[in-house]
Amino acid sequence: MELTGAEITIRCLQEEGAEYVFGYPGGAVLHIYDALFTQDQVKHILVRHEQAAVHAADGYARSTDKVGVALVTSGPGVTNAVTGIATAYMDSIPMVIISGQVPTYAIGEDAFQEVDTVGITRPCVKHNFLVKDVKEIANTIKKAFYLAKSGRPGPVLVDIPKDISNQKTEFSYPSSVNIRSYHPAQHSCMEQIKSALQLLLAAKRPMIYAGGGVILADASKQLTELVHLLGFPCTNTLMGLGGYPATDKQFVGMLGMHGTYEANMGMQYCDVLLAVGARFDDRVVGNVKHFNQEKRKIIHIDIDPSSISKRVKVDLPIVGDVAHVLGDLLAELHGSKEKPDQQAIAPWWAQIKEWRCKNSLVYKNSDEIIKPQFVIEKLYEVTQGDAFITSDVGQHQMWAAQYYKFDKPRRWINSGGLGTMGFGLPAAMGVQLAHPNEQVACVTGEGSIQMCIQELSTCKQFQLPLKIIMLNNRYLGMVRQWQQFFHGNRYAESYMDALPDFVKLAEAYGHVGMRIEKPSDVEPALKEAFERKQQLVFMDFITDQTENVFPMVQGGKGLSEVILAEDL
Amino acid sequence: MRHIISLLMENEAGALSRVSGLFSARGYNIESLTVSPTEDATLSRMTIVTSGSDEVIEQIYKQLNKLIEVVAVMDLSEGEHLERELMLVKVRAVGAVREEMKRMTDIFRGCIIDVSDKTYTIELTGTGHKLESFLQAIDRNLILETVRTGASGIGRGDRILKF
Repeated sequence: MELTGAEITIRCLQEEGAEYVFGYPGGAVLHIYDALFTQDQVKHILVRHEQAAVHAADGYARSTDKVGVALVTSGPGVTNAVTGIATAYMDSIPMVIISGQVPTYAIGEDAFQEVDTVGITRPCVKHNFLVKDVKEIANTIKKAFYLAKSGRPGPVLVDIPKDISNQKTEFSYPSSVNIRSYHPAQHSCMEQIKSALQLLLAAKRPMIYAGGGVILADASKQLTELVHLLGFPCTNTLMGLGGYPATDKQFVGMLGMHGTYEANMGMQYCDVLLAVGARFDDRVVGNVKHFNQEKRKIIHIDIDPSSISKRVKVDLPIVGDVAHVLGDLLAELHGSKEKPDQQAIAPWWAQIKEWRCKNSLVYKNSDEIIKPQFVIEKLYEVTQGDAFITSDVGQHQMWAAQYYKFDKPRRWINSGGLGTMGFGLPAAMGVQLAHPNEQVACVTGEGSIQMCIQELSTCKQFQLPLKIIMLNNRYLGMVRQWQQFFHGNRYAESYMDALPDFVKLAEAYGHVGMRIEKPSDVEPALKEAFERKQQLVFMDFITDQTENVFPMVQGGKGLSEVILAEDL
Repeated sequence: MRHIISLLMENEAGALSRVSGLFSARGYNIESLTVSPTEDATLSRMTIVTSGSDEVIEQIYKQLNKLIEVVAVMDLSEGEHLERELMLVKVRAVGAVREEMKRMTDIFRGCIIDVSDKTYTIELTGTGHKLESFLQAIDRNLILETVRTGASGIGRGDRILKF
C-alpha cells in the first residue's frame, strides 16, 4: 500500500520504538501532524516553545539509553530549536530532530517561514539531511537514528519539505543500514590495552578521570569494577557525575573549575592519568601549559579520535567504545599475574587524604538566612539521593553538582558543554515522561527558570509532577560572582529586578507554589513537596544573595591555583 | 607548516560546505581548495592546501575524518607526492611584446590558448611556485587578469587514495 511521506515519517518513528515526540506544529509540518493524529503509538508532547521541545527530547535521551525525538516546523520553528540542538551536540546526546521545510519548488525563493535549515544547523549537528524525494524518507530516518546512537552520539536533523511529506510511495522500513563512509570504532587493539595496564600497574600516583562518555556508553559498572580492583582514586567531570558512585570511598569528587581540592590536586600531581570518555576541556584542566608543567603519563580512552590530543597531548590513546575498552582492560587485569600493589600507592592515598582534610566544600551555614548549599544537602536527604536531578546553568548548577551525591548514572541531567540557561525545566519534563514513577527535581535559579518558564503550562497539560527547586538570590549569581572577583564589584546588569511572585505564577499555571524563607523551613517544605506525588510543586527558596561557589579555579589558571572559601 | 590534504567524499549537495564550514568554524587556514567529481560519479575528490602546527594538522585530519560524508583522507605531504595547479593569465600583447610573451610562455612550457589583436591568454600548469615564477618573469604591468585553480595533488607510485 502506498503511504504519504508524512505517514511514512510516523511509521518510521514507530519502527524505531519512539515513545514520545516533543514538538510544536506549524505550516510546513501539517501533513506530519495529520499523520500523528491518526495513530496512538507515538505520543506527542506539545511544548510551548520549540527550544523546550528539543531540551525535553534531550532530557528523555539522557535519562534513558534511547534516542530523543523532536518535531518542529520550518523557519522560526527551526531557529528556536537551534539552542536545544547545539546543547545536545555539545554533550553528545543522541537525538533525531524532524523539521518541516517549505515545498521543494519554493526553496530558495525566500518563501514564508523559509530558512536554510541544513545550513543553519550544520555546525551543531552530528549530521543533517534534506529529503528531496519521498522514496528517501524511510532510508534517511533509518540512517538518522543509526547515526544519532552509534559512535559518539549526537543530534541528527532530517528536514522534510511540505510537498515531499504529501507525496505517496510504497513503504518498507530498511532492516539494516550501511553508510560506507562511517565506521565508528568499537574494539581497540589488545596491544594498547596491555600497555595501558602495564602503565597503570606501575603507577605510584595514579588518577582515574571519567567523563560523560562513561554515562553515554553505559559503562559505569565496568568503570566501578576497574577502579575498585585497582584501588585508585577516581574523579568525575560535571558530565560524568553518577558514572562512578559519589559515596564510594575512592571517589574524590568532581574536578575542574569548581571541583574539589583533592580532585584537582590529584589531577595535577598524578604520575599516571587514565582519562575515560572525557575531553580535557577548558573548564576541567584550566590552563593547559600549567597542567603540562607536571610530568605524567596519560592514557585516554575515547570513542572519538578527534577528542584525543586535542588540548592535552596523550601518551597512550585508546580509541573505542568506553564500555568495550574497560571490559577488555578488566579481562586483561583478571588474567594478569601482576596485581595492583596497594603498598606502592599508599603514600599517594595519604597525600590525597591530607588534601581532603582541607574540606574544600565546607560552607558557613546560618540560622537566619537560607544557604543554597544547605538546600541541596536537604534535597539529597529528602530524596534519599535517588532522584533524577536536572539543572539550569549558573551557581545553582555547581552547588547541585557538588552537594548532591549521585551514585547512579543518568540521574544528573545538565547542560555541561553549551551551558544553556533554560534547559532544566523542559529537560525535567522529558525525564519525568521517561520515568513516570520516579522523583524528578529541577534545580534552578530565578534567572534560568524564566528562560523557559512557559513550560509550566506543558507540565499542567501532561500532569508532570516535577519539583522545581529554585534558589532565588535575586542575582544572576555566577555572573555576579565573576563581577565580584574580576570586575571590581561592578554588578553590571546581574541584579534580577522586578521578579514575578513565583508562588502566584505557579498557581496561575495550576500548580502548587511555595516560598521558603527560613533555614528551619527548608526540610519540612521539601518533605511536603515530595509527598505531593501528583502535583508539580514550585519551590521558591529565598537564599543568601552573597554566597559564592567554592572552590574556584579561575579561567586561565592552573588546577593547583585554586581559591578556597577560607582564602577570602 | 604547509600541508596538502586529499580527501574523497560522497558527491552530494552540501558536502563542500561541510568541509569549508569545518575550516571556518574551527579557525583552520585554507590556502586553496579544489573539488571535482571522480571517475566514480558518486565520489568527489578534494585537495585542500592548509598550514598549521603538527597538532593543528592532526586535528584537521581527525575532524575531516569525522565528517559523515568523508570516505577517505590522506595527508599527501606526509610522503612522496605530486602537485599541480592550472593558471590562466591574460596579458596585454602588442608590438614587440607579442614575441617576448610567446618566448616566455614556451620557456615555462605553457601555451597561448586565445589570441586577440591586443591580448594573449596563456595557460600554464605546474606547482604554485612555478606559476608565481612566471608572473614574476613577465612585466607586471602587462597582466590584465589571472585565474588559478588551486593545487590538485596525488601520491607518487603506490600511494593511492581509494575507497
